[in-house]
Amino acid sequence: MRSATPWSDVVELLVEATGETLYMVGVSTLIATLFGIPVGVWLQLTSPGGLRPQPAVHRILGFVTDLGRSMPFIVLLVALTSVTRLIVGGSIGSSAVIVPLSVGAIPFVGRLVQNILSEVHVSVVEAAVTTGATTVKIVRSVLLRESLPALINAIGVTVIALIGYSAMAGVIGGGGLGDLAIREGYQRFNDRILWGTVAWLAVLTTVLQFGFTRAARASDRRRHAAI
Amino acid sequence: MITVENLTKSFQGVPALKGVTLDVQSGSVLGVVGPSGAGKSTLARCVALLERPDSGAIRVDGTDITALGGTALRNARRQIGVVPQGDSLLRQRTAAGNIALPLESAGVPGPQRRTRVGELLDLVGLTDKAGSYPDQLSGGQRQRIAVARALAAGPSVLLADEPTSALDPETTGSVLTVLDRARAELGVTVLVVTHDMSVVRKICDDVAVLEDGRVVENGRVLDLVTDAASRTASTLLPAVDQNPVNESAYDRVADVVLIGFAAVGALLPEAANRFGVELNLLGGGFTRLGETPVARFRVGLTGERADSALEWISDAGAAVRRTLKGPQGVAA
Ligand SMILES: Nc1ncnc2c1ncn2[C@@H]1O[C@H](COP(=O)(O)OP(=O)(O)OP(=O)(O)O)[C@@H](O)[C@H]1O
Ligand SMILES: [Mg+2]
Repeated sequence: MRSATPWSDVVELLVEATGETLYMVGVSTLIATLFGIPVGVWLQLTSPGGLRPQPAVHRILGFVTDLGRSMPFIVLLVALTSVTRLIVGGSIGSSAVIVPLSVGAIPFVGRLVQNILSEVHVSVVEAAVTTGATTVKIVRSVLLRESLPALINAIGVTVIALIGYSAMAGVIGGGGLGDLAIREGYQRFNDRILWGTVAWLAVLTTVLQFGFTRAARASDRRRHAAI
Repeated sequence: MITVENLTKSFQGVPALKGVTLDVQSGSVLGVVGPSGAGKSTLARCVALLERPDSGAIRVDGTDITALGGTALRNARRQIGVVPQGDSLLRQRTAAGNIALPLESAGVPGPQRRTRVGELLDLVGLTDKAGSYPDQLSGGQRQRIAVARALAAGPSVLLADEPTSALDPETTGSVLTVLDRARAELGVTVLVVTHDMSVVRKICDDVAVLEDGRVVENGRVLDLVTDAASRTASTLLPAVDQNPVNESAYDRVADVVLIGFAAVGALLPEAANRFGVELNLLGGGFTRLGETPVARFRVGLTGERADSALEWISDAGAAVRRTLKGPQGVAA
């Protein structure tokens, strides 16, 4: 029986792993949002009740999106190795995790965004149509702007989901909090690291969730509204 | 000026409009009324260019707008201001921001946009609410902002689908006042869909009755109320209770419709004097059609010269709509 790791060392490990997690999750969320929002917009525009109904396009795009969402992340992680190598120049480390993480999150964000945009009332959208606004203008000033609070919440949901996925980053040497808990904590029977990480993850996700909820509410101009 | 010619529209093979033809003169207000499912909203949506008709034409100042696409369609849309059915304001924008939307669509630069928004807020009497969000406004105020938005880009036609359906009578009045000002001060042609006859009474010059996808009655409101054959007339005029017991006591019973000066004058007492008949008001009352006072009374007459008295009333400019008792169709 070894003596327990000193708390100062645990904290040091946590700080380093938190940095890795936030890096992986932050960049992935950014990329997933950048690509996921257009996917969501496209899905919504082409849907039967959308501004540009295109049943065939909608069905194909929806199929691909749902296929992406149904893919277990661990499978994506290994399946995308060659793509990752092409993009980041290597297939190991935190940066390498960003590729599968982003790819996995784009369809996730896409569906979330489409659901959110579909909540904007038809009468509001039609009112904008009758002003002679272009589709681009309507997407920007009506669909996205009216949905901003819900979109901010959706990004929060994505961040927390990606923190969960990033726990598997250890498989390709990505590091991060999940990896710390499994490799240093669980596999080496180091309870301080295991439970310290678990507690810290709980705190981190709670704080992030709180922050996103606050930001969403601050952006909302509706008064008696449930988002 | 807006002309609808032989418009048809079906949904999944079920016809909603079966050949609708209408005219709205420049600067006048047309009310489209009719039972639920008659096709009023479908007609309004076709005119708003939200629905493409299967056949027929919609002309705004002579140009058919039904077949347009792309930029031409967007430009045509700016010619037609629309107050859609129900809540349609952007909830994340202020009242002023909502009114600015059509101006942004039209590419009006910022400073001019602000001036114009100010003018419109003034027109609808909500200057002090410029910075309020829709959730901070009452239903009537929201609807007035929606009217201001519809007018922002300077359309020649204003279209409103049930603009007062969710409002109480007082608030309804404030919205109608705004519609009326739009016509009077901006000269826009107004088409308003409603199931509320008080809307027709207050602001409409013309009325069209839609039933089962067809126009069954159409004309000037003031003409229709004196038309004995008009079914709309009875819904526009003050109601009279049916009271046959009471009526049996008279030699003649008639409905008299008086318009304008005659309505407020002493025509009926004078007729009674002149012909030495006893004339009693059995029911009815006064109303206004736009600015014009209108009265509809059920009168009972007793005396030898009752028919002469009715004839004289008719000659004096009143419409004696129906002689309910005695010889039919004395005059009109
Ligand atoms: N998008 C649609 N799809 C299928 N049927 C429709 C559609 N819009 C309207 N209809 C049908 O067309 C007919 C006319 O409907 P419309 O909404 O124009 O009536 P309305 O006169 O406005 O009635 P209300 O007074 O209830 O608003 C109805 O039978 C309705 O069911
Ligand atoms: Mg309707």
